[in-house]
Order: sequence, then structure tokens, then C-alpha cells
Amino acid sequence: MSNTTSDNRIAIQTSNISRNFGDFIAVNGIDLSINKGELFALLGPNGAGKTTTIKMLCCLLRPTSGTATIMGHDTLKDPIAVKQIIDLSPQETAIAEHLNAWENLSLMGRIHGFGKDEVKKRSEELLEMMGLRSRAKEQVRKYSGGMKRRLSIAMALVSDPQVLFLDEPTLGLDPQSRRSTWEHITELKGKKTIVLTTHYLEEADSLADRIAIIDEGNIIALGTPGELKDSISDMQVMVVKAKSLTNDAIEGLRKIYPEIKEVDGGIEIKAKELNFNEIVDYLRSKEVVIESTSQKQVTLDDVFLHLTGKELRE
Amino acid sequence: MRFLALAQRNFKEMFLDYLSLGLAMGLPIALLLILSPISKVEVMFSPANLAPGITLFAFVMLQFSSSMILAKDRDSALLSRLLTAPLKPKDFISAYSLPYIPVAIIQTALIFGIAALLGLETSGNLGLVFLVLFIMSLGYIGLGMVAGSRLTYKQVPYAYTAVLLLTIFGGAWFDLEVFGSGFQSVMNLLPFAHALDATRDVMVQGAGFSDVAVDFYWVMGYTIVFFALGIFLFRRKMVE
Repeated sequence: MSNTTSDNRIAIQTSNISRNFGDFIAVNGIDLSINKGELFALLGPNGAGKTTTIKMLCCLLRPTSGTATIMGHDTLKDPIAVKQIIDLSPQETAIAEHLNAWENLSLMGRIHGFGKDEVKKRSEELLEMMGLRSRAKEQVRKYSGGMKRRLSIAMALVSDPQVLFLDEPTLGLDPQSRRSTWEHITELKGKKTIVLTTHYLEEADSLADRIAIIDEGNIIALGTPGELKDSISDMQVMVVKAKSLTNDAIEGLRKIYPEIKEVDGGIEIKAKELNFNEIVDYLRSKEVVIESTSQKQVTLDDVFLHLTGKELRE
Repeated sequence: MRFLALAQRNFKEMFLDYLSLGLAMGLPIALLLILSPISKVEVMFSPANLAPGITLFAFVMLQFSSSMILAKDRDSALLSRLLTAPLKPKDFISAYSLPYIPVAIIQTALIFGIAALLGLETSGNLGLVFLVLFIMSLGYIGLGMVAGSRLTYKQVPYAYTAVLLLTIFGGAWFDLEVFGSGFQSVMNLLPFAHALDATRDVMVQGAGFSDVAVDFYWVMGYTIVFFALGIFLFRRKMVE
């Protein structure tokens, strides 16, 4: 058994971890250090390398180079020891459709070596916590998407893992189910080390202690949500709601203010120094009818746009 | 014995697919009933010659079914989740194989039971026949693990067809000699012809273990190789 992590406050440590698929570099030399009990979010667009990173940490993918340790156990040299203390709720809903919720939880608990009584007790708690108790005896293929997702998270918790990986836990859920899932994840904060991947800004912002913004396989920013937003706090964001906004007008404005984002019914302009009058005068000269202008708080999307020049949802 | 929890789930999954299970039980018996009247004109179709071939035909369905369930799980996210559990490749292969063993035993019992009603006569030890067939059934399940570990569930039917043809051309219900020595030599490189030779020699000629030892070890060897290969391929899929 390896124990290479000297600082016992650290749950997950990666050193220059990379993964290539042929010529494509999915993850490019990531260094991470995640503390015990921390809820850490990997935030990035689809294809950024979030799931690949998680899979390497869960011993499902071999890194092309670099190393990773979970609670001091090397993921390559000692995968069984790593698997004893982790669990994963994959991006796709990973449940046995023909079994009921009890049986799904029992399956996961028992393959992790827990006895029947212990699994039953844990399952009762988890079904209660996830609001699935009343339908626990139904085949789970009859569940709604939100219920399946909550069961999927419960299945990752039944083994009482020290480190929990949640890969896009609310992907494809309606806003109400998403909120409900967030509440359940919030209940786990501080009790377990949680690594969550998401491309939802609000999710990372409201849940995570720290966020790593990942793009094209690289970590491009790392810090608490507040720190990340503060990193561009010297920036101003102006929202212009307007009719008849033309591409010509936007492109003309972009020559003065390169960071312009099109939003519903208008544009957002970000810069260190914004001259409101200049913007309004320019748009009017292009015969744009302005409905309103306002100043906006910096969001993580602004941070991502600032760092990469593109929107997170692109 | 953590793998037993997964084996239990796989057993349930297999049992819920009652149509496939019914076909795996019923088709061989139907075939036995259809082909056995030919025994009046062709000795190859006597119950003693036919029952082992029909049993192997039944086992091909086990190979198909076992590879399908593994391949389907591999294609779904469920296996990703299961792979994060502290199980070794041999545990997974055991968990996906185990549910099919009782089915193989029931298939053999049913086919030989019906064959007995049709006038099956044996000169040798039926226990030895069942031992060879049991090991051969494990071989087919092992082949299922090879296919399930390597192929997608859309590719599995092709592997099934190939194994079915090899079983039939291995002499399931005709004498290999009609194809000439070259073909016979090729078929004798595979375990199916050896399983059929051994079981028929015991039943028809009253052969003992020492007479069929070579065939027995061919079957045993292939079964071990199939399982070892299944574990090897599954290990490669576990950490890609």
C-alpha cells in the first residue's frame, strides 16, 4: 500500500496528470490538491476534460502521464485501496433498471463488502434523505429522471465513501429537481470530500467551496467562487436591452470593447473602463432603439468569458 | 464473496428476460423432437448420438445470453459505477457467469430426460457424459465472457452465429468424416468436436474415462483458456 501524500489534510492530490486519446489531449498536466471535507467543483463546458479527470481519479482511466493519490493511495499502484474509499455517481444515470430502489442500494452496499443489516440501515436513511422511501419497492425504470438521479447519488453514498465523485449530478434535470438535488448535496457538505463536475455556473457557485475552471484539458483558474469573481472585480459589466440590434452594430462596438456577449434581448459589455455615454451614442448612431441600460454583478460566466474569450455554454 | 451480490442481480436480470430463457430451454427440446424420427433411417440421429449435439446447441444460447448481459452493462453507465467497487476482474467474470450454470444443468437434464423418453440407451457411465457436458457448458459461458468483454452488444450476435456454426460443423448432428480429413482436422482443433466425441463414445461404445481422456482434456483446456481470456479482456476494459 502506498502512502505518498505527506499532508494528512489532503484528500486528493494530482501531479501533472494527463490523458491523451490518440493525438487529442483530453487532460493536459493538471495539478490539483483537494482538502478533506471540501466540496470541490470542476467547472467547464462539455468536452473540457472534467469527466476524463474524474475517471482517472476513480481508477477507470489510466493517465497517459502524471500521478494521482486519493487519501494517500496511488490510483495506479493501489486501485483496490482507492476503490475501498471512493464512490462515483456517473454522468449517465447508472442504475439497474429492473431492480427496485432497495435492491439497487443493496447491490452497491454489498459489493463494497457491507453486511445485509448494515446495508438495510444505510438504505433506509438514504431513501429517506433522498425522498424515495414511498416508492422504494417499485422497479426504478418507472421513476422520473429526477428520482433516478437522486437514487444514483444515494447508490454512491450507500458504501459511506470518504471521497464522493458526482459527475454532472443535475444534468438534464428540470429546475425543481435540480434545486432538490442541490439541497441533498448541501447536506453532505463537510461530511465527505466531494468532487463535483458541472457546466452549470449556478451549481458550482452555490455548492462549491472551491472551483477549478477547466477548458480544453487545462485548469485555467482555481479558487473560491468569491475569489474567482474578485479576480475580475475591476471589470465593469453593462447590460443593454435593445431592439433592432444588428450584427454590424455589435461588431462595431466589439472593436472598442472586445468582450461582448449576446444575451436574451440585448448584449452584455465587459471592460475595465466602460464609457456608458459612448456606448449609448454609438448604438443610437447605428439606429438601435435602446430599451434600458444597467450595470451587472460579475458572475462565473464573466470569469470564464474573460479567461477564454468564449461563453461557458458554447 | 462480494461478487455474489452482483451475481444475484445478474440472475434476476437473466430471469426477467423470460422469453430468451424459455427459448434457451424450449428450442433445443423442439429440435430434439423434430430430428429424432430421422433415427429410423440414419443412426446419427439416434437419441444417444443426438442428445449431446442438441445439448451443445442449447449451450450456444447460454454463450449468447451471458455475453449479451455483460456487453449491455459495459455499454451502459452501470458498469462504470460497478467498476469503482473494490472487485477484481475475476470477481466480475464470476458474477456474470454464475447465473448461467444452473441453467446449463437444467438444460442438460431436460434434454437427456426427453431423450430417455425417446429411447436413449447408453452403454457407458452417464456421470462421465454429464461431467464432460458440464465442463463444456462452462466453456460456452467462458466464450460468452470473452465476447461480452470485447464486443458491443450489437456485435455479440455475430459471435453467437460463429459459435453456432462451429458447433454444428463440429459434428452436432452429423458425422465429421463426410467433410473429409482436412475439415475434420480443423474442427478437431476446437473443443466442440471433442466434447461430442467423448460423450458419444461413452454412451454408444461404453468408453471409460481413460478412453476419452484426450477429448476430456481438450474440453477442459479450452474452458480454462476461455475464462482466462475473458478475465484478461475484462481487465483491459476496467482501466482503459
